[in-house]
Amino acid sequence: MIDAAELGRVFRVRRQVVHAVRDLSFHVAPGEFVACLGPNGAGKSTTIKMLTGILAPTSGRIRVDGLDPARRRTALARRIGVVFGQRTTLWWDLPLRDSLELNRLLYKVDRKVFRDRLDELCVLLDLGAFLTTPVRQLSLGQRMRGDIAAALLHDPAVLVLDEPTIGLDVVSKAEVRDFLRRRNAEHGTTVLLTTHDLGDVERLCRRVLLIDHGSLAFDGTLDDLRALVPGRTSIEEVVTDLYLSSRGSPRTPPLPPVPGGTSGTA
Amino acid sequence: MIRTYALLVWAWTRAAAQYRVSFALMAAGAFVIGGLDIAVIWVIFANTDSLAGFGPAEVMFLYGTSELAFATSDMLFGNVDRISQHIKAGTLDVMLVRPVATWAQVAADRFGPHRIGRVVMAAAVLGVALARLDIPLGRAWMVPVMVVSGIVIFTSMFTLGGALQFLLTDAPEVANAFTYGGAMLNQYPLSVYDPRIVQGLTYVLPLAFVNWRPGLYVLDRPDPLGLPSWTGLLSPAAALALAAVAALAWRAGIRRYRSTGS
Amino acid sequence: MTSGAALPLYPRLAWYGFRRHAAYWPAALAGAFTNTVFGVLRAYVLIALWQARPGLGGYSVADAVTFCFLTQACIGPMQLFGIGLDLPQRIRSGDVALDLVRPAPLQLWCLSEDLGRAAFLFLARSVPPALAGAALFGIVAPRAPAAFLASVTLGVVVSFGWRYLVALASCWVMDDRGLATLSLVLTTFFSGLMLPLTIFPGWFGSLTRALPWAAMAQAPSDVYLGTAEPVRALAFQALWATVLLALGALLTRAARRKVVIQGG
Ligand SMILES: Nc1ncnc2c1ncn2[C@@H]1O[C@H](COP(=O)(O)OP(=O)(O)O)[C@@H](O)[C@H]1O
Ligand SMILES: [Mg+2]
Repeated sequence: MIDAAELGRVFRVRRQVVHAVRDLSFHVAPGEFVACLGPNGAGKSTTIKMLTGILAPTSGRIRVDGLDPARRRTALARRIGVVFGQRTTLWWDLPLRDSLELNRLLYKVDRKVFRDRLDELCVLLDLGAFLTTPVRQLSLGQRMRGDIAAALLHDPAVLVLDEPTIGLDVVSKAEVRDFLRRRNAEHGTTVLLTTHDLGDVERLCRRVLLIDHGSLAFDGTLDDLRALVPGRTSIEEVVTDLYLSSRGSPRTPPLPPVPGGTSGTA
Repeated sequence: MIRTYALLVWAWTRAAAQYRVSFALMAAGAFVIGGLDIAVIWVIFANTDSLAGFGPAEVMFLYGTSELAFATSDMLFGNVDRISQHIKAGTLDVMLVRPVATWAQVAADRFGPHRIGRVVMAAAVLGVALARLDIPLGRAWMVPVMVVSGIVIFTSMFTLGGALQFLLTDAPEVANAFTYGGAMLNQYPLSVYDPRIVQGLTYVLPLAFVNWRPGLYVLDRPDPLGLPSWTGLLSPAAALALAAVAALAWRAGIRRYRSTGS
Repeated sequence: MTSGAALPLYPRLAWYGFRRHAAYWPAALAGAFTNTVFGVLRAYVLIALWQARPGLGGYSVADAVTFCFLTQACIGPMQLFGIGLDLPQRIRSGDVALDLVRPAPLQLWCLSEDLGRAAFLFLARSVPPALAGAALFGIVAPRAPAAFLASVTLGVVVSFGWRYLVALASCWVMDDRGLATLSLVLTTFFSGLMLPLTIFPGWFGSLTRALPWAAMAQAPSDVYLGTAEPVRALAFQALWATVLLALGALLTRAARRKVVIQGG
């Protein structure tokens, strides 16, 4: 479904060359659920932007559902759904329902099909209470659910999410996670998401891509990732160690358990 | 592209229609702003009978044709020059992942129907000028042609200005010199300017084809540069050529778009 | 970048205003470029008018061209096209309540920052159009340089006084965009930016020359050209500065009562 081969992207910032992504190769099969981890500035968003055709790669090759994103951006847009946690794809001043209706027209979804899908999404994402509210008045959790609905109305084969749980409270986070897991299981939608929240990873994904300084540092299952750093059981500690060692900082000794409390794993 | 544009414009119009009073006030404001230019022309002709060889009715005719084209273009597509705001805010990323033309999305974004006020003012000025000038039908047919060509030329200028902002994201105001500057330029007979400027506006950046060259034809006036009067009929060709250049520049801009690091 | 640290509060605020705008120097240079292009276009129109009517309004052709570039140079420091203050956003977001309870008066605070901003924009957006005008058309030398600088400063203060009133009015008027548009219309037309107010006919002309907007661009230009008595022009500007600042102080009191005591 997604094929990246030696993918690279450089930015020139005031005569300096920044390798945001370099030599990245991976393959995602249809129906997989993959999380992309990595410290801030690792190159996750840049990768997503290349997958969706927003940015053209400066080296390497990428195919999403058989298409070259940068060349066939609009054709690809019909087949994928994209969610940006940091910004909305909805129209700020329009009520959520109008935003979704506008998406229906832009994506040329049949009216009847649209109604059925919207009904389903309304139930699963609990949109009913705020369908007529202008998007700018929605809470972050409501807005994110609206955004996810908008990305799925044209029933894409691939769903790409850049930090979909950023800033959400625990309840909203759980709702979003549950929904994504069901979508993946019941519709077979391929999902690729980036996140800083390890809870997302533990609850959702069999497979993790760890990106660091623009390159692939790890590609495998969660258990393999745990096994990578001996002596650490919580995924949080493992990732902290990996991030620190990539910065060149020494490993921190494990903290002693909090007296009387439960330590470590969530 | 037209369908996308119409859909988005309709959505924004409906959103604006919720605030009727605000819309009426803003439309009135746009009408008054359009009137300021006329007030300036009035002050000029309160002091003289002719400006660079042209009388008040002729200047109003030149002003009216250019301003009608510019105000219409500005209302319909002028938001293309807000592209730097979309680049900085990251909203361009969102537009790029939709399966429709980016240009139409940017042009329609925040469509402000209140700008009709300025169009109405321009149309009124042109109407008054035409009533005073008594132009024979044999040449008057060119007036709608020049207005439509002018809309295409100004829209191309907005698009070129937008494309430039992919390079100069931090200095979008440079584009204003070409878009609003182009409009200001054509408000007066080009005979007020240095002939070299007029040559540049004929052969390089064809702004002289908005109203000056076709206007000379309609007014049956000789060309100070000595070009034959039928060159005034070339406005549609000039408009299409500029539109083609603008389309290429826009594509080049999108291709070299580099998003923003978050 | 700690050279502002030793200064007392208000000069330090001015210095911050200067630095904050200096960070956007590409935008300022773009503005200077656009002001220059418009200056050139307007200069040709004025030349055509003054060729038809030499000596109009007491200006020679060279005076008229100089006037044109001087008023273009006023756009940046005097913010003739915009409000140029953060106040409307802060009112909309409610942050203005914090500003109003500070021990330093809001108006003086804003004025200090605005003077710093104007100083930067004078360098970045006023000097380039004037130099371009001098290179392309030749502009006359200032008659009274010291009085001119004083007049520019007073022009900035008058413009601040006006913009502060407009900005603070959005505490009461819902539609602050409409207000900004109204201010734009009044300022561009009555400041002398479009045409010298000295050629506006009859009683209308006399009226425009007495209004506060004339103190923003027309008065400094006349002091520069020597077409106005410097003392009279400066007194005229000082009068309007006093009136507008006093009105601003009253409006600040009312705003504090509305925002802080009634809670918005
Ligand atoms: N448009 C851009 N221009 C310049 N540098 C960029 C741009 N986008 C990203 N970068 C740089 O590339 C690197 C990777 O950024 P990004 O992909 O946003 O990281 P992440 O999403 O993993 O936090 C960072 O060093 C960032 O500063
Ligand atoms: Mg990111």
